[in-house]
Amino acid sequence: MTTNTEVVPIGQSTAAPRSPFPSPRARRVERTVGITAAVGTALTVWLGLWITPPDTTKGNTVPGDLVRLVYIHPGVAWVALYLAFGLAAASSVLYLWPRTRSLFWDRLAAAAVEVGVVFNVCTLISGSIWGRPTWGVWWAWDARLTSTAVLLVLFLGYLALRRVPAEPEVRAKRCAFVALFASVDIPIVHFSVLWWNTLHQGATVLNPNLSPTIHGSMAWTLLLGFVALTLVFAWMLLVRYRIGVMEDWLGSGEMDVALTERRAEGVGDPGAPDRAAGGRAPRPVAPSPSPAPPDARTDGPAPTAAGGPTDGGVGAVPEAAR
Amino acid sequence: MWRDTLLVAGKDLRIEARSRVALSQVAPFGIVALVMFAFALGPDRSLMAKGAPGLFWVAVLFCTVLAVQRSVAVESVDGARDGLRLSGLDPAGLFLGKSAAVAAQLVVLELVLGVGVVLLYGARIEVPWLIAASCVLGTVGLAATGTLYGALSAGLRVKETLLPFLLLPIVAPVLLAGTRMWQAASAGGIPSDGNQWLRLLVVFDAVYVALGIVIYGPIQESA
Repeated sequence: MTTNTEVVPIGQSTAAPRSPFPSPRARRVERTVGITAAVGTALTVWLGLWITPPDTTKGNTVPGDLVRLVYIHPGVAWVALYLAFGLAAASSVLYLWPRTRSLFWDRLAAAAVEVGVVFNVCTLISGSIWGRPTWGVWWAWDARLTSTAVLLVLFLGYLALRRVPAEPEVRAKRCAFVALFASVDIPIVHFSVLWWNTLHQGATVLNPNLSPTIHGSMAWTLLLGFVALTLVFAWMLLVRYRIGVMEDWLGSGEMDVALTERRAEGVGDPGAPDRAAGGRAPRPVAPSPSPAPPDARTDGPAPTAAGGPTDGGVGAVPEAAR
Repeated sequence: MWRDTLLVAGKDLRIEARSRVALSQVAPFGIVALVMFAFALGPDRSLMAKGAPGLFWVAVLFCTVLAVQRSVAVESVDGARDGLRLSGLDPAGLFLGKSAAVAAQLVVLELVLGVGVVLLYGARIEVPWLIAASCVLGTVGLAATGTLYGALSAGLRVKETLLPFLLLPIVAPVLLAGTRMWQAASAGGIPSDGNQWLRLLVVFDAVYVALGIVIYGPIQESA
């Protein structure tokens, strides 16, 4: 039981993990996924840009190379709209369910939302690039576009709530509720914008037939694009999850570390007791002999504004700033 | 549960009756919003009449945010939130009571705004019951979601800025349905899609009221 959690840090469920650094095996998995994703993406780019033919349908007014977006856009959308947010919703529910409550699900949901937002933005951007030459507009109030945008806003709200400082458990619960409300809302939003649009305009600006003659290589590239982007998502998810673990570790131990350092200063630095005994009035935040980066940063603008290092000559600080 | 609902709703409405925040601040704000919309659209009356249903609902949404913030603020002083939790009231009743109080205030606001829209923009009402139905159903949904998010943001220091951001996208279907139903009503007759939107609102209400009844207790604990 315990060895399992020791070996695979992804399965850790304690509030404050002892060490945020993943085991070699986890690192290996992460690296393998990353390399595979990079290779898959490179292959997709190569196939999509050079091997597959452009769209040469007669009477086509849009550039034939535009069809190459089809290797990216649906894959990105699949990751953003289904994989990432489905995963986020599922993990949030699993967190809320008392039997499966563990910060693992919370971190997984947060990682999925964050990566999903990136993919969602990429979906909208690539769709816009497609829409401009095809429809003549960057944005159309199409049902699908609108619900994608609403989804993005909902999960940006999730991320905003996540940034509000709180205890990990409180934050996890709060965010899980928001994810739950949002995912319940998504089908309703979808139907409402669908009706809103179709009732309004009759026939919507539907995607024109992308490729009347789908070439064999095109189908394979499309499929590869899906796989590669899913791997990219998986890799980003793993990395983000690891960062999440480290952040929590830092948040839980930061104060202790700072206290220990302060105490060590008092014991180790022979000048410190004198200072404490003599000039007691302003206690320096950081001891002056060590040119720490914060010092350099606070004094940084002065030498640059003055133009020369001699102007700001207050001992070692300008050297640290340079 | 129902007794608790009445108790909590009565408490909130009594506070409102004595402080008159919704009546003397939120309702005038709604009117100001209507006037601002008119400035934005120019003095062209036909354009205003056309946009009136949507502007009405946007103003209602803004007022909802304010009403919910007020409903949260009432509990935030003197440890009232802890008092409510200690009082032994059923969380479901608490949720329904807070929602009912918000809904009651919203109905009054909608009446004010509706009159304003008709007078200022020349909005047409051919089928009043359709508009009334959309207002009642929309209000239930707005109050339920608003109360849920209000409770969620109750303990946050940034709730004033976060609440509208979280709440408004969620209630987008209410805005769409309400606007469409009003447009259907002003077109005269009972268009076929009016029923569709009514059903959407019913589903929205049912989902969030049920969610609130089940989840309000845990939300309170986490706030």
